[in-house]
Amino acid sequence: MRPDLTLDIKNLRLSFRSWSGSTEVLHGIDLSVAPGERVALVGESGSGKSVTSRIVLGTMQDVRHARVSGQVTFEGTDLAKLASVERRALRGREISMIFQDPSSALNPVFRIGDLFHEVLKRRHPKISKGEARQRAAAILQDVSIADAERVLSSYSFQLSGGMNQRVMIAMALINEPRLLLADEPGTALDVTVQAQTLSLMRDLVEQKRTSVLFISHNLGVVREFADRIYVIYRGNIVEHGPTAAIFDAPQHPYTQALLSAIPRLTGGGVPDIEERSLSFNDPMISHGTDI
Amino acid sequence: MSILNRFLGRLLSSMIVLIGVSMLIFFIARIIPGDPARIALGPRATEEQVTQMRETLNLNEPIIVQYGLFMRDLARGDLGISLYSNRPVITDLAEYLPATLELVLFAGVMMVAFGLPLGALSARYRGQWPDSLIRVITLLTVSAPAFVWAVGLVLVFAYFTPLFPITGRISDAMTIPHVTGFLLIDTLAAGRFDGFLSAIHHLILPAFALSLSGIGQAARLTRANMITTYEQPAIEMAQAYGFSEARIANRFAFKPSLIPSLTIIGLDFAALLGNAFLVEVIFAWPGLSRYGVGVILQKDLNAIVGTVLIISATFLIANIIVDFLVSILNPRIRLSENRS
Ligand SMILES: Nc1ncnc2c1ncn2[C@@H]1O[C@H](COP(=O)(O)OP(=O)(O)OP(=O)(O)O)[C@@H](O)[C@H]1O
Ligand SMILES: [Mg+2]
Repeated sequence: MRPDLTLDIKNLRLSFRSWSGSTEVLHGIDLSVAPGERVALVGESGSGKSVTSRIVLGTMQDVRHARVSGQVTFEGTDLAKLASVERRALRGREISMIFQDPSSALNPVFRIGDLFHEVLKRRHPKISKGEARQRAAAILQDVSIADAERVLSSYSFQLSGGMNQRVMIAMALINEPRLLLADEPGTALDVTVQAQTLSLMRDLVEQKRTSVLFISHNLGVVREFADRIYVIYRGNIVEHGPTAAIFDAPQHPYTQALLSAIPRLTGGGVPDIEERSLSFNDPMISHGTDI
Repeated sequence: MSILNRFLGRLLSSMIVLIGVSMLIFFIARIIPGDPARIALGPRATEEQVTQMRETLNLNEPIIVQYGLFMRDLARGDLGISLYSNRPVITDLAEYLPATLELVLFAGVMMVAFGLPLGALSARYRGQWPDSLIRVITLLTVSAPAFVWAVGLVLVFAYFTPLFPITGRISDAMTIPHVTGFLLIDTLAAGRFDGFLSAIHHLILPAFALSLSGIGQAARLTRANMITTYEQPAIEMAQAYGFSEARIANRFAFKPSLIPSLTIIGLDFAALLGNAFLVEVIFAWPGLSRYGVGVILQKDLNAIVGTVLIISATFLIANIIVDFLVSILNPRIRLSENRS
């Protein structure tokens, strides 16, 4: 355990019980995020990315048919030693999250300004509506929203997807969390808008020195964003290392397959990884950069 | 389309519905076997008297002409004379309708005040014992009609344990001047707080019996809608921000679920009006039901048409109000209407 790390995951296992027995979906994951570091977790659908983020968030531990074992340490605190309410106290303050589809994640019957007020109350329970509005307007400027007042008075369905995405980034960062989880942020948006909002997000987390765990099924998306990359395949980390190392010299066959699946701007559509090759189960490759 | 335009549109379509209803009931009432003139005058009346009466009632005219004459009078606010009470039908309705409306409105308030929180509680503890308990109880309440509950409640809470009065709207010892016909208003207007309490005391049992199924329905509906809402990303986001389960239930899940619930609850409210008939009979409530049953048995044509029309009108007005509330609560409707 390294108390200087923002997030330190050791031998994390997760299984789901059902009437037909128990299925393990994470088979002993090791992953760490240093303060201010941006780390990506990349893998195909169903490989266990979202469940990993839900464990860090502390909600998976409350799912009755889920069994979590191993160690998840957030800023020196073992999450397993916390009660459910204590884990909840971290959420929205020390750890926050950005979702895939901003337009459906923002509650459609509340104005954006009211949502900001609610979120700010997580950190400052007595904050007034007016002050919340001021702070929200300030952070909206940081994500390049010029007419913050109009946005704060709007409902999410009145705003474009890209605008909602910026709102969500601002909302996730307004309480100055130590760790930001981003589960496929903006995948529901079109590619240029996604790229735009991601670069806004990068500027903001850089400025605030927020650690980020960025989840994606697309290596191309994380290239610009991440300092380090973990590749996950069927509940195992198969390769990890600095972004450049992964792109320049992918060692694991699965990583190579993922890389070949990155859509090229010159067209040809988005090729899928065609089959599950046996070689995907090769041992883990570490680019020797354990921090 | 502004809210006002929408409101006027609803008003217009309601008028058309009312005209349709008036036609239907006008013809149906005349198809029921029996000669209204003969029934009104009794078996000992002479043939001339009956013919005379049929003449006054325009019963010898073709039915289309009769309807035209009826509409002409209706346009002047005249529903004719009731043969049953020998008074203008309008006067009768003004006397009996408030009692029924008071009962139905009170039951409607109970339906919302108990049904929605129960549903929210059930959804918050979905799959746990409070949910199971509420679901069993609400299933029970919707599985029997209001008059069964009325009989049961009278037996338990008025007869065996006399906590509530069995019949009537207010203590017999009290005389309250008739202003609106709504006793809750008239007693306060007369400064009779004891009368107000007595009226509430008399209302509770019949209104509860009437609303019980509605409470169950509202609770089950709210639960179902909230559980759908719980699946939405917006709720996952609320959980990710660490809001407490209570706050998520009462605020983030409840409000979006209220909109679809309310529409159906509006229809349930209208159903209360129909169920009120039997409940009124059981509690000897001096409302529209006793009058309605009386005039049908008497084949009192004007009164039948008048009663049905006033009930339809109440039903339609309730629907317009609910529609209006929903459009205010739902920002999507409210804003899309203001924009264009
Ligand atoms: N609540 C749950 N109960 C049972 N199984 C679950 C649950 N949540 C996830 N799983 C299973 O765990 C595995 C990993 O799911 P996860 O959602 O983490 O995938 P993912 O990598 O995020 O994929 P995607 O790219 O599709 O989001 C899947 O096989 C999924 O079916
Ligand atoms: Mg996922």
